[in-house]
Amino acid sequence: MALLEIRNVTRRFGDFTAVDNVSLSIEAGEFFTLLGPSGCGKTTLLRMIAGFDAPDAGSIVLDGKAMTGIPPEARNIHTVFQSYALFPHMTVAQNVAFPLKMANVDPGQIGKRVEEALEDVRLTGMDKRYPNELSGGQKQRVAVARALINRPKLLLLDEPLAALDAKLKESVQLELIGLQKEVGITFVYVTHDQSEALALSHRIAVMNHGRVEQVDEPSKIYGFPRNRFVADFIGQCNLLDGEIRACAGERMTIALAGIGDVVALNIESDAPGLKGALALRPEKVAIGRDLPKDADVNRFTGKVHDFLYLGDVTIYIVELAGGMRIEALLPNSSAGRTKFFEAGDEVQVGWRYDAGHFLND
Amino acid sequence: MATPQNRLHKWLIGGPPLAYLVVFFAIPVLIMVLASLRNSGDFGGLAPLFSEESGTLDLTTENYGRFFSDLIYTELFLKSFAYAAITTLVCLVIAYPLAMLIARSAKKHRDLLVLLVILPFWSNFLIRVYAWMIILGPQSVFVSALNRVLGTIGIEPVTLLYTPFAVIVGLVYVHLPFMVLPLYANLEKHDPALLDAAQDLGANAWRRFWRVTFPLSLPGVYAGAALVFIPALGIFAIPDILGGTEGIMIGNVIKQQFLDTRDWPFGSVLSMVLTVMAVALAGLAAWVARQSRT
Ligand SMILES: Nc1ncnc2c1ncn2[C@@H]1O[C@H](COP(=O)(O)OP(=O)(O)OP(=O)(O)O)[C@@H](O)[C@H]1O
Ligand SMILES: [Mg+2]
Repeated sequence: MALLEIRNVTRRFGDFTAVDNVSLSIEAGEFFTLLGPSGCGKTTLLRMIAGFDAPDAGSIVLDGKAMTGIPPEARNIHTVFQSYALFPHMTVAQNVAFPLKMANVDPGQIGKRVEEALEDVRLTGMDKRYPNELSGGQKQRVAVARALINRPKLLLLDEPLAALDAKLKESVQLELIGLQKEVGITFVYVTHDQSEALALSHRIAVMNHGRVEQVDEPSKIYGFPRNRFVADFIGQCNLLDGEIRACAGERMTIALAGIGDVVALNIESDAPGLKGALALRPEKVAIGRDLPKDADVNRFTGKVHDFLYLGDVTIYIVELAGGMRIEALLPNSSAGRTKFFEAGDEVQVGWRYDAGHFLND
Repeated sequence: MATPQNRLHKWLIGGPPLAYLVVFFAIPVLIMVLASLRNSGDFGGLAPLFSEESGTLDLTTENYGRFFSDLIYTELFLKSFAYAAITTLVCLVIAYPLAMLIARSAKKHRDLLVLLVILPFWSNFLIRVYAWMIILGPQSVFVSALNRVLGTIGIEPVTLLYTPFAVIVGLVYVHLPFMVLPLYANLEKHDPALLDAAQDLGANAWRRFWRVTFPLSLPGVYAGAALVFIPALGIFAIPDILGGTEGIMIGNVIKQQFLDTRDWPFGSVLSMVLTVMAVALAGLAAWVARQSRT
């Protein structure tokens, strides 16, 4: 049985459905992420798990126990808030000691446990400071130490890195992964940053308009998005409209509008006649003046319409003969060269049959 | 850096409040210090500052001697202190829930509720205090109803008007808004996420209040306490109207010295003692506030 079961949970605000029939089951020890655009209902779902809000329908079960009617202070769940919500009138040590005092832990033990907790988040020696004397990264670590000190069953984190700059974010991400592994507590992490979700999580639930679109491991979410929304929201993706012509074994033929017939991987035994789109990551599209002939590769000729130079890679937007555009990504790996093609160059693009897959509508 | 321009800015910004303090605080206090050291005139008021015969300064510490030689004045001060302290405490207990209610009600209702708190200011102060005379008076329906209830359980009827109780009621009534407003201004700024965090970390409503809301509201409590305590300490109108002889406060005696007895030097002595005590108390409060922060 999973540690946290969310069963058909719905939450409405007036006519608006913020969380729409969501079911998830989260295992003990998991780093689970809720990922979705702003306003998709992540915080609303998290607040229901914490107990600040109650579902209009459905139930939340923690460790086999229904949470209905149990207030936040009585749930064995702690939250790291986006604003950190550190108590400004308490020192770092007093902030971290707060949950222990609330749990009526023997005062003789508190000092030692606070010291250990601060050590875990590398804040030794900061115990006498007040929150307004800390940097953003330090505040975040105090908030994590405070939420973890009396070892809750579940830790909820609502965009805890949103206020940090990009460089700091990366190091804090590594720390969070390490900390989660060390304490073994289940994390439910909320973010709208897809690269953060991919880097941190064991599993990701992609949400949109209050619904869960897909739950999978990061590599599955990225490699095999289940629908257009997930494909488009996670990373860059070419979505080429088309219709299935024929299926044979692990391959199928798709007629792409404005491009022609291509071969693609047949994963869900889709039937001919289905309409949808071929999802194709730009880094799986090869680009060259003359691509070698290969039966496994779909090849087309086009013109470079434009390109985006991103430092480590360049994204080329190639316009095919039929007017359709495909993005291809090329690492800028060869020494001394910053780009390979100019706008207007005649090029070929190609991708293996198993580089993309079909999303039916 | 103290560039000439910076210095000019400092004076432009700091000048007006400084001038205000000099004109309305320092100079009056100095006048009073001087008055407390002068002799009283033959027909009341003050004797000339330079004696007519010798032309030298005519000053005396006799007035202070009189204050310290008769314990009745010290007692009156202590009593006034007690009244002001009780008033401050009762105001705090009533105003805190009220301010919290306003601060936590919907944004669109808050201005209206604050307006209701200050609404009494729109009618005359004396009229409002006289109204209490009627409410607490022997003919009032409240008092007769109260006495009827007391009678049924075998307790002697009580009089409320012209007692210390009436003075405290009047003092609390008049000063309540001065406690509500600073408390509201403070409580309204509290980040609701802090209460969520406290609850999330295991604090029940009682502990959320005593560990988060109350300590964070202390600056508002101190401000409100100062705004109630200091005026309540020196007030004379309320004990005059509601207190009778029993409920007299130091403010009444000061007023008496200036207006009835026309003993200005001694009135100045009492005023000086009151001012010194108020300033000392404000200083003490500021010191306590600073200590509790570090
Ligand atoms: N108390 C409320 N009353 C009315 N509508 C609400 C309330 N709380 C949330 N909503 C609405 O529900 C939707 C989901 O809100 P929620 O805060 O869960 O989004 P989110 O996914 O956390 O977004 P973000 O990434 O911006 O934090 C939003 O459209 C929001 O306006
Ligand atoms: Mg949110």
